[in-house]
This record gives sequence, structure tokens and C-alpha cells, in this order.
Amino acid sequence: MTGGSTTGDDGSTAPAPLAPEKRQPWPLWEVFVRSSRGLSHVHAGSLHAPDAEMAVRNARDLYTRRNEGVSLWVVPASSIITSDPDAKGQFFESPQGKDYRHATYYTKSDGVKHL
Amino acid sequence: MATAPAVDQMPSGNRSEARTETEDERAGREQFERLISEDSRIEPRDWMPEAYRKTLARQISQHAHSEIIGMQPEANWISRAPSLKRKAILMAKVQDEAGHGLYLYSAAETLGTPRDKMTEDLIAGKARYSSIFNYPAVTWADMGAIGWLVDGAAIANQVPLCRASYGPYGRAMVRICKEESFHQRQGFEILLELANGTPAQKEMAQDAVNRWYAPSLMMFGPPDDDSPNSKQSMAWNIKRFSNDELRSRFVGMMVEQVKVLGLTLPDDEIRFNEDTQQWEHAPLDWNEFKEVLAGRGPCNAQRMERRREAHEDGAWVREAAAAYADKRAATAQQKAA
Repeated sequence: MTGGSTTGDDGSTAPAPLAPEKRQPWPLWEVFVRSSRGLSHVHAGSLHAPDAEMAVRNARDLYTRRNEGVSLWVVPASSIITSDPDAKGQFFESPQGKDYRHATYYTKSDGVKHL
Repeated sequence: MATAPAVDQMPSGNRSEARTETEDERAGREQFERLISEDSRIEPRDWMPEAYRKTLARQISQHAHSEIIGMQPEANWISRAPSLKRKAILMAKVQDEAGHGLYLYSAAETLGTPRDKMTEDLIAGKARYSSIFNYPAVTWADMGAIGWLVDGAAIANQVPLCRASYGPYGRAMVRICKEESFHQRQGFEILLELANGTPAQKEMAQDAVNRWYAPSLMMFGPPDDDSPNSKQSMAWNIKRFSNDELRSRFVGMMVEQVKVLGLTLPDDEIRFNEDTQQWEHAPLDWNEFKEVLAGRGPCNAQRMERRREAHEDGAWVREAAAAYADKRAATAQQKAA
């Protein structure tokens, strides 16, 4: 223990190698925060915790220190299924060239009120 | 639909350097180059050059370590804060620093480095952190000077990082910058109160500013002509401004703010150069910077020892939490059976 002094020493002794800790790494959890009633939960970040209960508590301390949320979700990162990142092009191809799905496609009615 | 294990886990593969690139790698590289040239963002599962991954993993983990080590000089003053209000503020700030470290560790983890590995590297003395935290905080006024100068320099550095090309890093920085501005203001307020206090208090404030000024300027890193990695980082849109540009901008802000404090900066060479449109300052002692970086600063050994101690003292808590989680999972399974 170095004591409360902040002035410090400059002892240049190298630390002894650390004894390996006998534990599995805590699982990774993804955190979703609802910032206020009426809004969806939005991904805020991730954290490590040994179980779901600790994950929720840690998420509160880590992601809502300034009233950022009224509700939290934590999800084991390993449970999230994602689209294949290598198949981006083909997978999201369907809406390409289908501008008629947007209101802005229809220009003949420009100037008509309340349409 | 692929069943990928985690949202932000890196894909395997793309670990090649010397051999000819595969079709997939070529497509990945082309997409990477296109995204960078469009000033778009790279996300964890995208293909990226190995050097880009390494640079980011090193920078983000060092940044995380700095936040964690940075708790020490201030935590030391919590029990000696001059009022309950100042104590509560300091505790909130130190808690924020822990949070910032965790946001950044999460971001670094998306590049494939496990969390525990980063902690081990720090404790084993293999990883670096900002050399500023190897200076001692000897008086209460240092809490003011650290907030105003050190957090001020950190903000000047970090605001452009919100636009870093690596998505998780940029997002972590946005969150951090939002929280950081209170840090600088509370430091300024501490100095302002001392500067308007008794002559001894004012002297203490001036002394703290004198000691923290040069180290805070060195936080921007070595001068541009001695910063070999900067150019590549800027080409990759990780860094947006050079070390000297950011340092100059910072000096320009401080030179005005110090007037409000009624104090002075320990540098009589500060001037605005009309030709270069840059603020100039007295030369900095880069030998000192290198010494501190090499582990020979006033508090390096103490900071490392304290971090190690905290990690070891917490081992039983981590073990107990894991054991409790296992026990509850087993009980739940029994009930279900």
C-alpha cells in the first residue's frame, strides 16, 4: 500500500508476474435504454457481468448516471442474431430501384394542398 | 441469415499480410477504401486492414487505461475535499472516469481484444496510458487545475474523435464528450473561487496552474515533425487534426480563460501568429515527456502499484459473483427439470 500521499515515489521495482485468476471471463451483455415513455429502447453500449441481475445493475450505473433512462434491457450478446455482414449487397438489394415506395416519387401532385 | 455469435464481434479471417489476397479480401479492401474516401464509418464486422485494427486497438485501449488510471490523482482528494458539495462533485467526476474507461474498453473489445487481456496488459506494465497521470496532485487547487487544464486538453483532443472513422470509437467519444464538459467547468470553478479567496489561496491556485500548464500541453502528443503515426491516422480519418494544430487551438482558449480567473499562464512567449493563424507558445521539454512515458515520471510506480492492488483486492468479489451466478443458474435448471 502506497498510503494516501499523492506525491509518490519512483521505486523502479518491476512488479512480480500476476498469478492467473481462476475464472471464466464474464459474458458480454448489450444494453438498451428507453430514454422516456413513448420511445423505443435504443442500443446504448455493452458491458460484462456475471449474470442478468448484475448486468441490469451495472447498466444502470454505467448508462444512466444522468437520468438518461426510464427502462433498461440487457441482452446476452451471444443471443443476438445478425444479418450476414458479407452478404450486405444482396441481402439489402430488394428496395433498390423501388422509389415508388416513397411519397417523393409522386411529383405530378406537387402544389395540391393537404396531399 | 447467418447466426453470428455477437453483434459487434470481429469476423475471423482477414489476418493475412504477405500472401496474395483472396477475392473476398479484395472486395473487403475496396469497400473499406470507398467508405474511408466517402468519410463514412467502419463497423466491427467490416473488413479492415490489419494495421487499422491494430492502431485502433492500441489507441482505444490506451485511452481506456488513461481514464482508469486518471481516477487516482482525484480519488486521493475525495476524503479531503473542502466541503460536502465539492466532495459530491469530485465523486461524480471520478465515477464518470470509470464509466468512460468502460465505454472505451467495450469499443476496443469490438476489435477482437478480450477485456481481461487489456486489464492484464495494463497491470503487467505492457500497456501505456496518458503520461499526465504520472504527475502528483499535491494541493486542493490541483483538482481545479486538473479539471480546467487536463480535462480541457482532453476535450480539445476528444471532440474531433467523435467523428473518428471507427463507429464504436466515435460513439463512445460522443457519450464521453457530453459528460466531460462538467469536468472542465467544475475545475474552472474551483480555481475561480481560490483565485478570489485569500492571498494564500490565490497563490495555491497559481502554483497549480504553473505546474499543470506544460504537462497539459504535452497531452496533445509530440510535435508534428516527430509524430510518425499521425499521418496514417489522419489518412484513415481516425485523427482529424494534427497534434500541433490542436495544441495551438487549446493555448488560444486558455489564454483568454485565464484572464477570467485573474491568474496567469507560466509562459511569456504566447502570441498569435498572424501569418500561420496559429497560437504559439514557449518550447516544451520533450525530454521530460519521454522520460515520463518511459516510466520514470514522479508517480508511475505508485499509479501502477495502486491499480494492481485494486485488481488483486477485487479478485474475491469477481470470483464470488461468478460462483453466485453459477449457483443460481444451477438452481433455475433444477426447478425447470
